[in-house]
Amino acid sequence: MTLDITGLKMSIGGKDILRGVDLRLSEGRVHGLAGESGSGKTMTGLAVLGLLPHGARVSGAIRLGERDLLTLPPKELNRVRGGEVAMVFQDPATSLHPMLTIGKQLTEHMRHHLGLGKAEAKARAVELLGKVRIPGPAEAYGRFPHQFSGGMRQRIAIAIALACSPKVLIADEPTTALDVTVQAGVLRLLRGLCDELGLAVLLVTHDLGVMSAVADEVSVMKDGLVVETGPRASVLREPGHAYTRSLLDSLPDTELT
Amino acid sequence: MSLLTIDDLVVEHRSPGRPVVRAVAGASLAVNPGEVVGLVGESGCGKSTLARAVCGLNPITAGSVAFDGQPVTPLGLRRRRLTGIQMVFQDPYASLNPRRRVGEQIADGLRTSGDTATTPADLLERVGLPRDFARRHPHEFSGGQRQRIAIARALAARPRLLIGDEPISALDASAQAQVARLMRDLAVESGAGLLFISHDLSVVRLIADRIAVMYLGKIVEVGGTAEVWAEPRHPYTKALLGAIPKPDGLGVLPAELPGDVPDPANPPGGCRFSPRCPMVMDVCREKEPDFGPVACWLHEPT
Ligand SMILES: Nc1ncnc2c1ncn2[C@@H]1O[C@H](COP(=O)(O)OP(=O)(O)OP(=O)(O)O)[C@@H](O)[C@H]1O
Ligand SMILES: Nc1ncnc2c1ncn2[C@@H]1O[C@H](COP(=O)(O)OP(=O)(O)OP(=O)(O)O)[C@@H](O)[C@H]1O
Ligand code: SF4
Ligand SMILES: [Mg+2]
Ligand SMILES: [Mg+2]
Repeated sequence: MTLDITGLKMSIGGKDILRGVDLRLSEGRVHGLAGESGSGKTMTGLAVLGLLPHGARVSGAIRLGERDLLTLPPKELNRVRGGEVAMVFQDPATSLHPMLTIGKQLTEHMRHHLGLGKAEAKARAVELLGKVRIPGPAEAYGRFPHQFSGGMRQRIAIAIALACSPKVLIADEPTTALDVTVQAGVLRLLRGLCDELGLAVLLVTHDLGVMSAVADEVSVMKDGLVVETGPRASVLREPGHAYTRSLLDSLPDTELT
Repeated sequence: MSLLTIDDLVVEHRSPGRPVVRAVAGASLAVNPGEVVGLVGESGCGKSTLARAVCGLNPITAGSVAFDGQPVTPLGLRRRRLTGIQMVFQDPYASLNPRRRVGEQIADGLRTSGDTATTPADLLERVGLPRDFARRHPHEFSGGQRQRIAIARALAARPRLLIGDEPISALDASAQAQVARLMRDLAVESGAGLLFISHDLSVVRLIADRIAVMYLGKIVEVGGTAEVWAEPRHPYTKALLGAIPKPDGLGVLPAELPGDVPDPANPPGGCRFSPRCPMVMDVCREKEPDFGPVACWLHEPT
């Protein structure tokens, strides 16, 4: 399924936050989104899910197949959210409920959206926890979010997002809280989901190394606009926009001997 | 004398009906005045637990933590402020009060240090934010902006030891370099120590004098940043440095560590890295390499 964002504008209290964002996600592809802190990456993701802050005014279009998510009635949008389109939030505290065990949070979704029985849902949840490299997944199932490290919470949030086999995944900095070896596992998982199941992914990351490893297309945002977009190799090797170039130049040399 | 001395520290998490999680399992580390120590390691290896124990926020099971030669004991937040340790938490929401304007929160820090010449807006400017952000509340900011505010708040108190737990993970590469350097300069200029926890190895390389590598509750390698970077000795350190993805546009997926991420409630015997180590020998499974600076039987001190 494709997700097509066109001319997306958003303002809060008269302040323009998004000024006409165009982005296209396609089946089986990872679209990487980089850009300055505060440029509107998270807001773009939240707009897709209809989760913008109170008082936000939006215009433009977000097409998922035939439907425009911006005009969808709340009930239908609810079905899309968490079902066809899932999001991993930048701050895992937003994805996880502090008072519920992670098992409950994983299975609740599945039982609601997929209509699975209790035992089936649990088996799938434990499998997903193993996939995102949570140690002792069967035992972890009964624990609460605060009993995990920051990076583990982020991985649990990824598992919850994947629980209902979404078609489109918005992942907002999903690996920033992870060390590079665990990150490698999560990137391989995302790549595999795209290649095997045709998931369309919007991967928000400021890490150009991560971008280079998994993104097929790369877009760069600045001040509420996409200033550059194109295939990975051309954006990262021959950046057209001065901001992209400055990002690449500021990287300390990471060559290893 | 070291500013911070962590000696054979053990910290456990206990919850009813669950096995005890020994998150820090005998870790030793020192931070000197004016020194920046980078702490890196696998997600879940105990970095935040160690940092919280240093601040007196997690009770110590065994071993000791001394700040300025005085043992650190579990303290309330108020006392901690007086002792000169400031921590920027991994979750910026934990560092900031959601109900108060960020300017007021930075002003609290300035009061602690008795600084009457600096204003909250000055500090916001130093971390690269507009001065008028002082009037806003934490939820009105992006992830990266919130992290900078948490840093401004910690710096305002002029701590003698600053602990940053993933303090700048949400910033883009150019902002990261800028804020990391700012933290380093402040530490070095004022003779404070900085313990900098980060998964971003290129930033650690940029600002740390020494690197400590942690694996499953233990420090497995410590050394000068340049030396560790040029010649990592512990097999885990090698795997870590080898998994940094390069921004070369080639689409190469970095290597994963083989085997399962270990559970600190049920650590493997002998060397804790042995089930996943490509260099494993018989002795590794029998005896724990309990020495430094590289805790590995291939690097036993003579
Ligand atoms: N509730 C809010 N009210 C007013 N402005 C807001 C609110 N939330 C965010 N903003 C502003 O909207 C802009 C875009 O924020 P967004 O979170 O999308 O940035 P981002 O690109 O994700 O940045 P980062 O990389 O730091 O996470 C920022 O300048 C931020 O200050
Ligand atoms: N309150 C708690 N109760 C039980 N276990 C806990 C608790 N807090 C942390 N743990 C466990 O302790 C271990 C170390 O956690 P810690 O947060 O110190 O890791 P970390 O190195 O900071 O990881 P990350 O890089 O992901 O932030 C993990 O296995 C975690 O699940
Ligand atoms: S002690 Fe043995 S198993 Fe452990 S890291 Fe060294 S070689 Fe590998
Ligand atoms: Mg964001
Ligand atoms: Mg942590």
